[in-house]
Order: sequence, then C-alpha cells, then structure tokens
Amino acid sequence: MKRIIIFVLLISAGSLHAEELTGKAILERVDGNMVARNRRVTSTMIIEGRRGTRTLQARSWVQGVEKAFTEYLSPPREKGTKMLKLQDQLWIYSPATDRTIKIAGHMLRRSLMGSDVSYEDYMEDPKLSNIYDAKLVGVERVQGRDCYLLDLTAKKENVAYYRRKIWIDKDRYLPLQENRFAKRGNLLKTFVINEVFKIEDRWYPKKMTFKDVMLKGSGTKFIIDSVEFDVEIPKYVFSKASLRR
Amino acid sequence: MPALRLAYRNVVGKGLRTWLNVAVLSLAYVLIIWHQGIFIGMLRHGSQAMIDYEVGGGQYWHRNYDPLDILSYDDAHGRIPAELSELISKGKATPILIRQAAIYPEARLHSVLLKGIDLSQTVLKIPSHHLKNDKEALPVLIGKRMAKRIAMKIDDYITIRWRDAKGTFDALEGKIVAIMDTPATAVDKGQLWVPLEALQKMVQLENEATLIVVGRDVVSIQDLPEWKFKEPDFLMRDIIEMVRGKRVGAAILYAVLLFLAMLAIFDTQVLAIFNRRKEIGTLMALGMSRGSVILLFTLEGAMNGILAMAVGAIYGIPLLVFTAQRGITLPEVTEEFGFAIPPKLFPFYSVGLIVGTVFIVSLTVTIVSFLPTRRILKMKPTDALRGKMS
Repeated sequence: MKRIIIFVLLISAGSLHAEELTGKAILERVDGNMVARNRRVTSTMIIEGRRGTRTLQARSWVQGVEKAFTEYLSPPREKGTKMLKLQDQLWIYSPATDRTIKIAGHMLRRSLMGSDVSYEDYMEDPKLSNIYDAKLVGVERVQGRDCYLLDLTAKKENVAYYRRKIWIDKDRYLPLQENRFAKRGNLLKTFVINEVFKIEDRWYPKKMTFKDVMLKGSGTKFIIDSVEFDVEIPKYVFSKASLRR
Repeated sequence: MPALRLAYRNVVGKGLRTWLNVAVLSLAYVLIIWHQGIFIGMLRHGSQAMIDYEVGGGQYWHRNYDPLDILSYDDAHGRIPAELSELISKGKATPILIRQAAIYPEARLHSVLLKGIDLSQTVLKIPSHHLKNDKEALPVLIGKRMAKRIAMKIDDYITIRWRDAKGTFDALEGKIVAIMDTPATAVDKGQLWVPLEALQKMVQLENEATLIVVGRDVVSIQDLPEWKFKEPDFLMRDIIEMVRGKRVGAAILYAVLLFLAMLAIFDTQVLAIFNRRKEIGTLMALGMSRGSVILLFTLEGAMNGILAMAVGAIYGIPLLVFTAQRGITLPEVTEEFGFAIPPKLFPFYSVGLIVGTVFIVSLTVTIVSFLPTRRILKMKPTDALRGKMS
C-alpha cells in the first residue's frame, strides 16, 4: 500500500511538472534569466563586413526593458557615440557633429553601426513572453545540449517578427539558437549563443552571433566582457542631457 | 531717310572696326537665343515627362502625405474617397499606394519605395499593364536607372521585405517583369512598382491609397476632407524653379558678352566723335541741328546691332535649326540630376525669346550708341570746324 501511495505521488508530481513545462512557462523562465531590474554591461561587437572586420567596444546601462543607455568606447572613430532608448524612442549622439538625432521611421530599419542588427532589433522588448504565444514543439540537441524547441507566434499586431523558433537550453534556460521569420515564413534573422558563463547564480550569454540571413557575411558577433546585475543607476543617465555629457 | 543712308555709309566705311563689333554682337545674339532655347527645351521636356509619368492633371494627396518627409509615408494612407471612385472606375484617375520596403540584390540591403498601381490605368504612361498577376512571384516593374543600380534584368528574382500596416515584417520573392525606359527619374530611382491590389493585401490596407492622380481631362476638382488637391504647377514647381535659377545664372554670361560688345561700341562712338569733329562742325554749319547730328551718330551705333542681327542670322539660323531638329546629346551624368532630362535635348526657340532678345540687345546698343553723342550738344560749330572740342 505504501509503495502504491509513493508511486501515485510520484506520478502526480511528474504530471504537475509536465503542466508547468508549457511553452509559456519556459519562455517566462528565459525572460527571468535574461532580463534584470538593472544591469551594467561592457561588451564588444565584431562586425564582419565586405571591407574587413571592425571591432567596437561599448558600455551600457539598462533598466528593465524600457530604458537603455549605451556609450561607445572604441575605436577612436566611434568613441563618444551614445545611444539612448526610452520606451519606443531612440536618440543617437554623434561627437563628430555634436548633434543628437532622433532615430525614427525608416531610419530604424538601418543597420546599427554597420552590423547585422537594426535599430529596430535594438529597440525590441526583450521580454518575449510579453509579445509572443509560445508552444513547446519538441526537444532537440543544439551545441551538444538538450534544448526545448519553442514555436513563438506574435500575440500582438505590432510585432516586428511574426514568428520565431527558439531552442532553449533545458538546464540553463538560455536561448541557444533563435530563428526569426517574416509573416509568410521567410527566415529573416538568426541569433546563436556560442558561449555562456555563470554570474550570480544565473547563466548568461558570453558570446553571441546575430545574422541577417539576407545579407552577405558571417554576421555580427557580440561578446559580453563584463556584466553587473541590479546595480544602482543614477536617474540622469536615462536623460537626453546625458548624451552630450 | 537720308540720315539712315548716311549712317549706313559711315558704318560700312569704318571697315574692320565695324565688323569686329558686329561679330561680337552677333555672337551675343546667337548665344543668348541658343542658350535660352536649351533651358526652355529642358523645361518643356521635363514638364511633359513629369505630366506623363507622375503628375497627370494633378494629384490628390492624403492629408498626412509629404513627399519630402519619408517618415510621413507610413501614416499617409486612407480609404479611396467615394467622390473619386467614380473617376477611377471611368479611367480618369488612378490611385497609388506608397510603402517603404527593403530589397536585397546581391545580398546587399537597399531601402526602396514600394508603389502599388492599377494594372489597367492609362492616366500615367507607366507601363503598368506588364504587372499581370503571377502565381510564382510578385510581378515587379522597375525603371532602367533602378535596374542599373541594383544590377537586375527581366525575369530576375528579388527578395522584398516590408512591414505591414501594423508593423510586422513580411517578405516574399518579386520577379522583375519589365524595365521601363522613362525620362522621369521621380518614378524610377529607388522604386519598385507592383500591382495595387497585391500591395494593398500585402500591407493590410485594402482599398486604401497614398495619392490619387487625376487625368489631364478632369476639370471639376475640389478638395476633400482627407485629401488635398495639388495642381500640376505646384507639383512641378521644383523643376520650374530650378530652370528659372539656371536661366538667371546664365544671364551673367550674357551680361559679360553684352558688356564686351557695348564697350566696343561705346569706344567706337567716342573715337568717331573725336575723329570727326570737323565733319560735325561742317554739318552744323550747313544748317543741321545738333539733334539731327546726334541722331546720325546714334543711328550709326545702332546700325551695328542691325548688322549683327543680319550676320547672326547667316550662321545662327542654320545652327539653331540644326540643334532644334537633331537635338543635343547629353552625357549620362545628367541622369543624376534628379529630374527628367532626356538623353537628347531638343532646344525650343519661341517667337517671344527671339523677339525679346533682339529687342533687349538692340535697345542696349542704341542707348550705348547715344550716350557718347551727348557731347555734341556742347560743341560749338566754329570750334568743331577748327577741330577743337569745346
């Protein structure tokens, strides 16, 4: 009798776990892992273009999903260029011209510093569970690790990519690979996490590759040099005045 | 009349000096008419090309549409008004929907405008009949400049990416079904023409348009609440202003040329009065009034203009007729000017241009001929007879 009770309890626990493992639940865990209240990041962006490779270093302050401030540190040509995102608005300050420009309309479709990332991609709400319905469609092995395969369909109308396929590491809840599709199913962009590292009990991407599949080249690589979570960021950082400082 | 005959004899008698003046002056005549003819030809051709391919008899713009502000394009669309639907069904107007998109020829990103146009329209000369529905891919019509820029030819496929009215990315393959050879760069560069109905479905804006072009035969036109009518003159103001600016700029050249000619005439007149003091004294002693002597000298000067007109006609008329009939071949670089310039430009010499030029040059010559003769007013016949200037 005792064995039967234990067996029933184990079955119930298993089914409870299965219920939790819906696409939505997985996506929420990914969001929890990737999005922090505040973070300060130093990163390197390697852009491989037709004329060679460019390496840019930047420092960013990010608050939730709505505020971000980035300052480019190198190369000398880009040094001092700053970007400020406040909700759905984006400004860029160029020290060469000492001007602040608001990026809007078709300009948002342009490439960010010549990379495979557009300003629109930079502006996107990183909390995918806010904008997508997720369906768990299977388990596959990616980069030697077991991954949940999620099929994401936009639940809002004003979402840039109507559909996405994401392979999420079963243990670390990191999206190791992501394909972004147009409404008619054409693959537009891919995102791959090539290396991860653990910081403050959470797994975080170390090296990533972002690729616009319609363009030539091997894509744009991002390397996280350092990241600090839940740091205090002064209010003035997220103001237009800070662009000219 | 005797004064005219005498003036003619004196002018011809001056020999080479007269013919040098006449040569420079005739060059001014021909050059001014030829140069202005080119500008008028450019304006006529550009305006006609714009009317044929872009402007029609005017355009109704959606209230948010501002062609100079590309940021306005996403919001510049509205339901085709019932007042214009009848004109459209009669073939007297055609709606055009404009959306931004990106294409990837040779895996390189190009920002373009997707323009939806009715296949059966005849309001504009755009060969939209080529855009027959194709199950395989979206039919696309481009201009030859665009084809050159993106290195595409007929039957080539191109990936087009756009955002629908809600902002979601979509993409499909387009097939180049025709390449139009149009003088109007405004309907060529950076644009893909696709079937209107297909574009409306692609961007979820069914039965909507950005602008509506009306035919040249439509007379009763009025503004509608959401749609403002723009007259052809307004739509072509850029080319009109540009040609006007160029004509003003060219006037500096004419002024320099005329100044040289006038300097020569002025100089000739001053010398003539000085050299012919005794003749002036004799004429006055014989009873000729000062006014008549001034008239004689002024006529002599003005005759340079008349002779220049005759000489200019001898070599100018064949030259002008030749260029007007054969046209002037322009270098390819002029295609980059941003408005309709044909590969061969046909100058247009209007009666107004010829009469106006002749009048202005003749008047200037007469005034310049008259100015030095005022000195005769102060001359005493006795001093003049002795060869003195009083």
